[in-house]
Amino acid sequence: MNDFWLTFAQLTVNGIAVGAIYALVALGLVLIYKATEVLNFAHGDLLVVSAFSAWGLITVWGLPFWLALMITVLGVALFAFALDAVVIRRIAGQPQFAGVMLTIALAFMIRGAVSMLFGPESRNYPTPWSQQSTQVGGVSIANLQLVILGVSMMVTLVLFFFFRFTRLGVAMQAASQNQLAAYLNGVRVKRVNSMVWALGGVTAAFAGVLLAPITLVDISLWFVTLKALSALVLGGFGSIPGAIVGGLLIGLIEQYAGVYMPDGTKDIVAYLVLIAVLIVRPHGLLGEAHGRRV
Amino acid sequence: MRFDYHTQYREGFALWRSPFDRNLYALLLLVLCALPWFMSPFVLGEMAYVFILCVASLGLMSLTGLTGQVSLGHAAFIAIGAYGHAWFLSKGLPLPLSMVLAALLSASAGLLVGIPAIRVSGLYLAMVTLAFAIIVEQIIGHWSSVTGGFTGLAVNDPVFLGLSLSGSKAFYYFCLFTLVLVLLALLNILRSGMGRALIGVRESEAASYALGIPVERMKAGAFALSAGITGLAGSMLAHHLKYLTPDGFTLLLSLELVLMVVIGGLGSLRGAVLGAILISSLPTAISRIKPFLPDSVAKQFGLETFIFGLVLALFVLFEPMGLNGRWLKIRSLLESFPIYRKDTFKRNKRYMKSERYR
Amino acid sequence: MKTSNATPPLLTVDKLSLTFGGVQAIADLSLEVRPGEVLAVIGPNGAGKTSLLNAVTRVFDPSGGQIHFKGQDLTQMQRHQIATLGIARTFQNIELFEAATVLDNLLLGRHRFFQGHWWQQVLRTPALTRLEEAAHAEVEKIIDFLDLTPWRHAPIAGLPYGVRKVVELGRALCAQPELLFLDEPASGLNPEETRELAFWIDDIRSELGITVVMVEHDMSLVSAVADRVICMAQGRVLAQGSPTEVQSHPAVIAAYLGA
Repeated sequence: MNDFWLTFAQLTVNGIAVGAIYALVALGLVLIYKATEVLNFAHGDLLVVSAFSAWGLITVWGLPFWLALMITVLGVALFAFALDAVVIRRIAGQPQFAGVMLTIALAFMIRGAVSMLFGPESRNYPTPWSQQSTQVGGVSIANLQLVILGVSMMVTLVLFFFFRFTRLGVAMQAASQNQLAAYLNGVRVKRVNSMVWALGGVTAAFAGVLLAPITLVDISLWFVTLKALSALVLGGFGSIPGAIVGGLLIGLIEQYAGVYMPDGTKDIVAYLVLIAVLIVRPHGLLGEAHGRRV
Repeated sequence: MRFDYHTQYREGFALWRSPFDRNLYALLLLVLCALPWFMSPFVLGEMAYVFILCVASLGLMSLTGLTGQVSLGHAAFIAIGAYGHAWFLSKGLPLPLSMVLAALLSASAGLLVGIPAIRVSGLYLAMVTLAFAIIVEQIIGHWSSVTGGFTGLAVNDPVFLGLSLSGSKAFYYFCLFTLVLVLLALLNILRSGMGRALIGVRESEAASYALGIPVERMKAGAFALSAGITGLAGSMLAHHLKYLTPDGFTLLLSLELVLMVVIGGLGSLRGAVLGAILISSLPTAISRIKPFLPDSVAKQFGLETFIFGLVLALFVLFEPMGLNGRWLKIRSLLESFPIYRKDTFKRNKRYMKSERYR
Repeated sequence: MKTSNATPPLLTVDKLSLTFGGVQAIADLSLEVRPGEVLAVIGPNGAGKTSLLNAVTRVFDPSGGQIHFKGQDLTQMQRHQIATLGIARTFQNIELFEAATVLDNLLLGRHRFFQGHWWQQVLRTPALTRLEEAAHAEVEKIIDFLDLTPWRHAPIAGLPYGVRKVVELGRALCAQPELLFLDEPASGLNPEETRELAFWIDDIRSELGITVVMVEHDMSLVSAVADRVICMAQGRVLAQGSPTEVQSHPAVIAAYLGA
């Protein structure tokens, strides 16, 4: 009996740790979606870029981890800003479909460019917490996972206060709901949107740099995007707290499914959840329901 | 300049806009039929592959282009068609019956996705189809007893009325014939009640309901139709590949199909065909260019992915109506020649209005 | 042409209620529509006029009450079955099919009629071609009636607003309804177009024999063409009667028209 609870606790801890990554990625996605109504399919590739840059800075240039992390975060933020300013901005006003297509195109380009520049082998780099873990009452958790958890919570809190209490945050919300009205109220919409993309880039950078040591620096890192999508849907599309809740839940569900459900379910359970939620309750747990007035 | 002088209603909804168009298309068909006598088996094989992709592209177009429902997971239907067909053949069924059954199987799967899809739309639907495709991929990998799992499944040679169709010439005609059939069927659907209703569903559901169109049934039906056509393409693909493995039907294939449909030009059958031709010839074109590029760029396999992305991005940014759009613009230029207005297709500045309240 | 009070009403709304979340859009509403009349529904914004339309055409499910059309209970019908009964409508924000031509929009108006079996459509049998030609001929009558001939093959996307309104009216007429609902048909039209609209509504009633219910704000149009007027406010009927009666009703003046 004790064994069951121990396993359960371990799974829960693992689930929350993995879920924190999903939550962080989902956070970046929902930020960009809320602001520009574009679902950034290239988000996972921003993770890939972050991971590879961190690798380059740490192993090739020999920089300490913290410095590499800060430089990567800044660099990816600038990159994301530029992506919006130069590319995504041009399709403002076109139906949502165009945005999806464009981000898919960018995803391909980034992925292809990274492949060409770095080659196909997987790499790794050391962090201050590699190979260390903590034990709490029989349940072990890697220190790196604790750090991920901490970073996710910190980022969430900062963003919450940002959107609630700063002028820029409110401006972002305004621009996301009605661009023309926002313009007429003096909001510099284009710049605001690019800044939101930069914020998305920041979350992606944190997620990518912290996740890569666990899953190896590899293009397949972008798969996390799909899990993050499930998290978004479960939590409620367009809801920031929903992204967090969704991410954590998906992480937990996956871990439990890996042990308590038939073999192979773990790989697809996130997608089953996505389909189920969209059918039964499309606006997720915390999202808003929308309808059209005729 | 060109004017349409119609004296009968049926001239208005004919397949050809003029005898000139009809003759042109007839000539094209003649050329395609005559090719096997002039081309090497390799080229014929490649063209047969292009025809198969055209059918798959038409399948996706009849969903995304006509009813506006986005699907990012159509490779799943190709897979279901391919594996289904291989399985039916292995049970000894004749070729046409096996293909039809595979298409029906795929159509039922389409219905399975389409019915819940009624309640969701746009982005959400894209994600459901994405998830569906990944799930199907995993199921194929794990259901070894039927699909051979990750080791794969061999496909019997196609035999029709005692004649083997696996030779390059015979296979070429087989694919061409199916493509023409599918194209004609879709064209007929488009210019009659069902086609109009599908377009109505895409443009305005509220108005469609008010006119007596059973919107939900139409959307699910469109899914089934699209999946069926794509499944048919899958059954042909099975013979092209001769050996089926799950990694022939990945997310990348789904995205390639979407590329074909978007670059070709949403909402037009011509666009589906043009897009399929462009996307399927891109890899060969890239491998032709590779020797000319600097070594560091050419030697990695990311080049193909990069170029796919670049082409899509360029089309989305500069030619959102796709290849078909470009075709129409050129045609309208030629038709209205001396009095063509330069800004006929100019797009106005548009502001983003939230589609969440749509 | 005046209607007789002895004929049974075409549409009866009986104690209808409709709530959205906390908002009561329609509260205990009862009215009837007599065959062959033009009924105008007026009232301030938020009175529930469009909600009434939406309730009858089954866009929403009423929370109480009944709606009967020629003896059939509409609340039991599905949304897409309304057109087959002979009810058509236009929309407040024009809901035309933007990518199609005027002709295609009008042909779609005829959807409720038999369009051919699916296999006939796929194979394009001669029988289907004859069906299509018959449909085209019917649509041409409406095109003629509404003077849409120059716009026949134009895609909706480039049309001026006034023409779009007329196309939407034409699309509703192509369904050959017995009862036609018009949601603010004159909104956005200049005075000349509004006068044309008045003539058309009159012709729709007298030549085509269609009963018209229109939600309208333009009182000149209402006075010109309506047989009976119902004024709504806050989901209820405030007054009903002839246009002059309602326009001089003190409660109506207080709630809507102003002194």
